[in-house]
Amino acid sequence: MSVALFLPMVLPVLAAGVSMVTARWVTVQRVLGVAVVSGSLAASVVVLVGVDRDGPQSVQAGNWPAPFGITLVADLFTGIMLVVSMVMLLAVLVYAIGQNTDRDSRVFHPVYLLLAAGVALSFLTGDLFNLFVAFEVLLIASYVLITLGGTREQVRSGMTYIVINLVASTLFVTAVAIVYAATGTVNMADLVTKLDTVPGGLSTAIGLLLLVVFGVKAAIFPLFFWLPDSYPTAPSPITAIFAGLLTKVGVYAIIRSQTLLFPSKGPDALLLTIAGLTMFVGVLGAIAQNDIKRILSFHIVSQIGYMILGLGLFTIAGLAGAILYIVHHIIVKTSLFLVGGMVEHTEGTGLLDRLGGMTRRAPLLAVLFLIPALSLAGVPPFSGFVAKLSLAQAGFAADRYAVVAVSLLVGLLTLFSMTKIWAGAFWGPPPEDAAPTAKRAPALMVGATATIVALSLAVALFAGPMFHLTEEAARQLADRTAYVQAVLG
Amino acid sequence: MIVVLAVTVGVLFSLGTYLVLQRNLTRIIIGLALLSHGGNLLLLAVGGKAGDPPVVGGDPADFSDPLPQAMVLTAIVISFGVTVFLLALAYRSWTLNRSDDVEDDVEDRRIARLGIQEQEEQ
Repeated sequence: MSVALFLPMVLPVLAAGVSMVTARWVTVQRVLGVAVVSGSLAASVVVLVGVDRDGPQSVQAGNWPAPFGITLVADLFTGIMLVVSMVMLLAVLVYAIGQNTDRDSRVFHPVYLLLAAGVALSFLTGDLFNLFVAFEVLLIASYVLITLGGTREQVRSGMTYIVINLVASTLFVTAVAIVYAATGTVNMADLVTKLDTVPGGLSTAIGLLLLVVFGVKAAIFPLFFWLPDSYPTAPSPITAIFAGLLTKVGVYAIIRSQTLLFPSKGPDALLLTIAGLTMFVGVLGAIAQNDIKRILSFHIVSQIGYMILGLGLFTIAGLAGAILYIVHHIIVKTSLFLVGGMVEHTEGTGLLDRLGGMTRRAPLLAVLFLIPALSLAGVPPFSGFVAKLSLAQAGFAADRYAVVAVSLLVGLLTLFSMTKIWAGAFWGPPPEDAAPTAKRAPALMVGATATIVALSLAVALFAGPMFHLTEEAARQLADRTAYVQAVLG
Repeated sequence: MIVVLAVTVGVLFSLGTYLVLQRNLTRIIIGLALLSHGGNLLLLAVGGKAGDPPVVGGDPADFSDPLPQAMVLTAIVISFGVTVFLLALAYRSWTLNRSDDVEDDVEDRRIARLGIQEQEEQ
């Protein structure tokens, strides 16, 4: 078990080095990449099964005792996030191989593996400073990936992305310094007891500073402006994995820090307000856009609001709903971006006024788009409906009607902008100046996307067991003793 | 001594914030470097009185805390690496555009134009 906790992070780091050396042989890189991400996935499954059976687990790197050394710790929430992320990383890697993204740039594989390591470490880490390091590993990898082609547009948007994230990272170092000055520790389990001795004002300040830092990564209102600008310019598989995972790492950090370090007795008005505004402003942005990837990027922002809504309620049901929503969102959002990428690949553009009539020419693509699109909008019986229903129920149970009403309205607007893509790209007459011979999407791209779409259907189909699992994860988050005991013994 | 450090951190943060808000890429990068120096210095100041050795020799009561020093080393390396990458990107931007300014988002400008058009039509 303790080895399994290291593996999801250590395997990709080691493989990244090997992949760098073997840059000349793309086949070696491909086999290595797929094998290692599969290995990380297997280790993540072992972690998930282990924590489901025995409760939260921890391991101390180099046997340095807990508050001093580097601690890796996993509870159910960690396990769920690890498994879902690794499945996505694997599917998108296969898609990228199908699209030959790695043939165009030989640093793709090593950097992608580092991204996987950074994501795994930020889920597993048990102390704040290590979380900072994990964020930096995955961010530096993402800086390289988002500017991979080095085109003018990529450099421009990449610059915004890097600068905003660097400012957030600096604030994170500052927050770590303040936490250490106030308590003398950065270990999160140790902080649980030590933060109680800190004066209320200082504790609130630390909590808000961390919320801002993670909020920039998670793209919550009003810190989301960088996201719709920078994501769409990267190659499709990269945008897809960023859309699915990176903001959710931020959300994970928000949920972890708010539940573990700064738990609220009842619903938190600040978080609920942020949630409502994030949902609403994000979807309004999406309605104004004309490009498939940009519409979907604004939807990421909008969807983050739902997750914060679940957290803001600070009830078991709310947290369970939020975790279920994250799982649903990662799967659905990644598949939507992958389909968007295939549209761009086959038609040569993602602009809605240059597309049309794709239902006839590419019926499979249309189906692969329709399922996640309806799911995103929360139409029954898809996974989005299950996730939104559990959040709405949790909201009603906590008597927070206003924010639930906003979330339902946003669901309607989401459906509206999804029909915009549908009507623009898939229905209607093809534009007159369209290329007569559209390319076919390679089998690997279609296969990877179809697998993820099938997975989103599985989430809806097994909604009952899934909800039990997330409810148990939420219970572990709310009751902090097991987590603290796993780390400090 | 700690007051000097605190004032330095404050000055670095204010200068850094001012520079990051500029349009010019070089200034933004220098601003980010100053900001991260401010953060690192703050982390170092947390470790206790300046001048005391960490761990080596003497009475444990006189040690300065080695943990923040280890953390600050990591943070320095990270900010160094990222700054170098940013400089490379700024050079790339210069070779592509022959200008050192941060550009507007094309799509944003298009949508802003649509809004103005609509207002004029009304």
